[in-house]
Amino acid sequence: MRKNVPYIERPNRPLFLYAVLFLAFLYIPVLFLPLFSFNASIYIAFPIENWTLRWYREMLENEPLFAALMNSVRVGAVTSVLATFLGIFSAKAVTRYQIPGKNPIVAVIMAPLVIPGIILGVALLILLNYAGMSLSLYTVALGHILLCVPFAMATLMSRFEGFDKSMEEASADLGENAWWTFWRVTLPTVFPGVLASVLLCFTVSFDEFILAFFLGGTDPTLPLYMWAQLRFPNRLPSVLAMGACILVISFFVVFFSQWLVRHDRD
Amino acid sequence: MSERAASAASDADGAGVGRSWRRKVRSFFHSSEGFRGYTLLSPTLVVMLFSMCVPFAMMVVLSFWTQTGYDLNFDTAFTLDNYTKVVGGEVYNKLLVRSLWISAFCTFATVIISYPMAYYVAFHVHRRKVVWIILMTLPFWTSYLLRVFTWKVILGFNGVINSGLIWLGVIDQPLEFLLYNPAAVVITLTHAWAAFAILPIYVSLEKIDRSLLEAATDLGDGPVARFFRVTLPLSLPGVIAASVLIFVPTVGDYVTPALVGGPDGLMLANLIQAHFGVINNWPGGSALAIVMMIVVGIIALIYIGVTRLATRNIA
Amino acid sequence: MSTNQAFISIDCVSKHFGEVVAVDNVSIDIPAGEFFSLLGPSGCGKTTLLRMLAGFESPTSGEIHIDGNPMSEIPPHRRPTNMVFQNYAIFPHLNVADNIAYGLRKEKLGKAERTRRVDEALEMVKLPGYGKRRANELSGGQQQRVALARALIKRPMVLLLDEPLGALDKKLREEMQLELRALQESVGITFIFVTHDQEEALTLSDRVAVMARGDVLQMASPHELYNRPVNVEVADFIGQMNFFDAQVIEVQDHMAVVDTQGLGKVQVPAAAEFIRKDAKVVVAVRPEKMELTSQPDSQNNCVRGELATSAYLGNRSHYFVTVEGSENPIEVASQGSGPESDQTLRRGSEVWLSWAEGALVLLPAT
Repeated sequence: MRKNVPYIERPNRPLFLYAVLFLAFLYIPVLFLPLFSFNASIYIAFPIENWTLRWYREMLENEPLFAALMNSVRVGAVTSVLATFLGIFSAKAVTRYQIPGKNPIVAVIMAPLVIPGIILGVALLILLNYAGMSLSLYTVALGHILLCVPFAMATLMSRFEGFDKSMEEASADLGENAWWTFWRVTLPTVFPGVLASVLLCFTVSFDEFILAFFLGGTDPTLPLYMWAQLRFPNRLPSVLAMGACILVISFFVVFFSQWLVRHDRD
Repeated sequence: MSERAASAASDADGAGVGRSWRRKVRSFFHSSEGFRGYTLLSPTLVVMLFSMCVPFAMMVVLSFWTQTGYDLNFDTAFTLDNYTKVVGGEVYNKLLVRSLWISAFCTFATVIISYPMAYYVAFHVHRRKVVWIILMTLPFWTSYLLRVFTWKVILGFNGVINSGLIWLGVIDQPLEFLLYNPAAVVITLTHAWAAFAILPIYVSLEKIDRSLLEAATDLGDGPVARFFRVTLPLSLPGVIAASVLIFVPTVGDYVTPALVGGPDGLMLANLIQAHFGVINNWPGGSALAIVMMIVVGIIALIYIGVTRLATRNIA
Repeated sequence: MSTNQAFISIDCVSKHFGEVVAVDNVSIDIPAGEFFSLLGPSGCGKTTLLRMLAGFESPTSGEIHIDGNPMSEIPPHRRPTNMVFQNYAIFPHLNVADNIAYGLRKEKLGKAERTRRVDEALEMVKLPGYGKRRANELSGGQQQRVALARALIKRPMVLLLDEPLGALDKKLREEMQLELRALQESVGITFIFVTHDQEEALTLSDRVAVMARGDVLQMASPHELYNRPVNVEVADFIGQMNFFDAQVIEVQDHMAVVDTQGLGKVQVPAAAEFIRKDAKVVVAVRPEKMELTSQPDSQNNCVRGELATSAYLGNRSHYFVTVEGSENPIEVASQGSGPESDQTLRRGSEVWLSWAEGALVLLPAT
């Protein structure tokens, strides 16, 4: 039993195999999308006879697709900035101050994560109808902000908690008021968290379907556009092409944003 | 500074249960820390209030009304019709039961397959743990629609499995039972949510004091006994959290049954959506949604309560 | 090597963690029933050695035998050892009785027998009736006793204790020390005790191995360690010691004449190899082996000095005396309130230090 690792941490080969298989299970199905986006035939079938870039070219020329893409980008940008903004203040409030009723409040703010999207969508629909507001990208953004605030707050809370409070106190001691302390000390330090939150919220909003479905007007976001295209088999491959692009980009964006807020404890 | 002392003092005497409301409110405004905290929180709270609490309240109110015509005019006379007709209806009950079963299966499957993965990363990864954590949770952040759609691609009549098996010569005709049924929904949901279940389980496994494992080993437990007697009980809070976090959202899932469920795999969310769409009965849809939330809420609370009882010893 | 009679035989054991050598070729034989301590500062390898005995680490080279059986292929849960962990490692999800009975699962005892043994164990560690308590309701000292009971109930051949008293306050620690010693004597099994507190090691042990940087510096009874340390490091680590640089002038009839910086020329028995003519050595003497007088002592060796500071500790006093030739003041400890006329001794007073034959120890120069 001459091993260099403590007994408790001995390697477990079957478990390692399981871990690899699990990751394969997670990722391989998703990789079929990009795979078939290069398929010449519009029917999904194995084996792939002919490879082509035709769908990507079509995608680039597809005007409604790009309109939808820009809609998503716009909604995502607004959502991520506003949600992060709200998230910064909430995270600071929750981690820095003794607030009576903190736990229930945090639970309420985190609730959209758990409540099924359809409930949120339907409820908001009722509200908007009552208020006489017509559905548009703005209403979609409203729904997305609601959904993204918990993500923003969770990301920023871990950043704030890891941040030594005495730096802010030192700044105050040296004469800066709360606003300037925030600007000069707090914000730069939690900046990775802010950036990660923006990226994460953007991705969530960009990919979000159900709220957009209920709250969207005549201008579709990209997921809505793709959903509509799913009905037409010959449009399928360019949807796949778009989907493949989205997957790849969001993979890197999310990886980067998680990397920004990692807790280096190794 | 004296404000802090005052707030600390007023916190110290009689904190918790038994304090009168008036004293609480007064001390709240005296303690500027709480006040400032709430000021910071207020924008978020306002947004949440308006986009969640108020709409829910309106939904509750709407569920007691009746819809008259296509223009979304409502007869505001209080009525329980929506509840008795829609909720009492056969379709609804069938879908509710089916949704609960599908979610239960999905939750169970997700937790079962995620647990060993979380275990591996918590106990057997020593370098670059961060990379593993990001990798195993990342799929969850990508497009839900696309992830569901890939299963349509995989399980479909001409999909990956069928065409692959035909190409390999295992079968002649495509298998029809793969898609458009509850099983497909369960598989798809499990795949979609597995990444989400890992995190709570991982966190509670990571928290386990390693010396407890050594103590168990020292006292005679082999790896299997040690797992069941120490690791598993101490990781239960994470398992419970993961279960609830999967169960509640999946009951109300709309996209998956719509894409891969077929008529046999439709879930409650599809019916709700229909009421706000084709059927055009918003009060009915509201009633459906509320009942669904209540049922799910009750189940979740029971589950949490039962497991809390069983695990109250765990620090 | 295989004819080793010792109950526990640690044979040329080394442990490397990558580049770091935690334990460097250590060999120790421990007879059955001994209270044996591993003493040293943090990082000296004592805990690593203990963990190798328990089976949680494997030696990079060397062998460990317990009761004649090699331990290299035996995993921790099958060894005849049990460990008391530094942080007690009490299972939070079990009550006290279940914690203590944890290791009895394999023995498949009936419920009555199990309860009887648990109660017996609780009595042994002076926690009768604590069975139903939860782990988080216990104080540190109580947790430590539960950990002890949990290990002892299995009646192991060897009990390994990893700095078990480190987290307790002084009074409780001293209480527990006495209890542990009494316990070991009544139960009769071999205890291997790891600590960085030399007083603790001296109080409890039959023998102590002083370790530093992975090596055993000296392994001996407390008495021997205290009075005949084998080098400066051990002498300094155990208790207080005064050191004087010196050189051997000549050796005759097993007596060495040594010229010290501070005590003048002294005569010391030449019992070791390193004591040769012209060798550089260190002369060491314990504070309580010196006596402070206001007049020179004609009987014993003595030297003149000046009182620098004094500290009154109630039952004893410490005096710090500067003498010519020595940089640091010499520490002298006196029982009671001090020499005859305490009042006359002021800072700067002339005093005389004297010591008896055999009070001095010769150590190799560093």
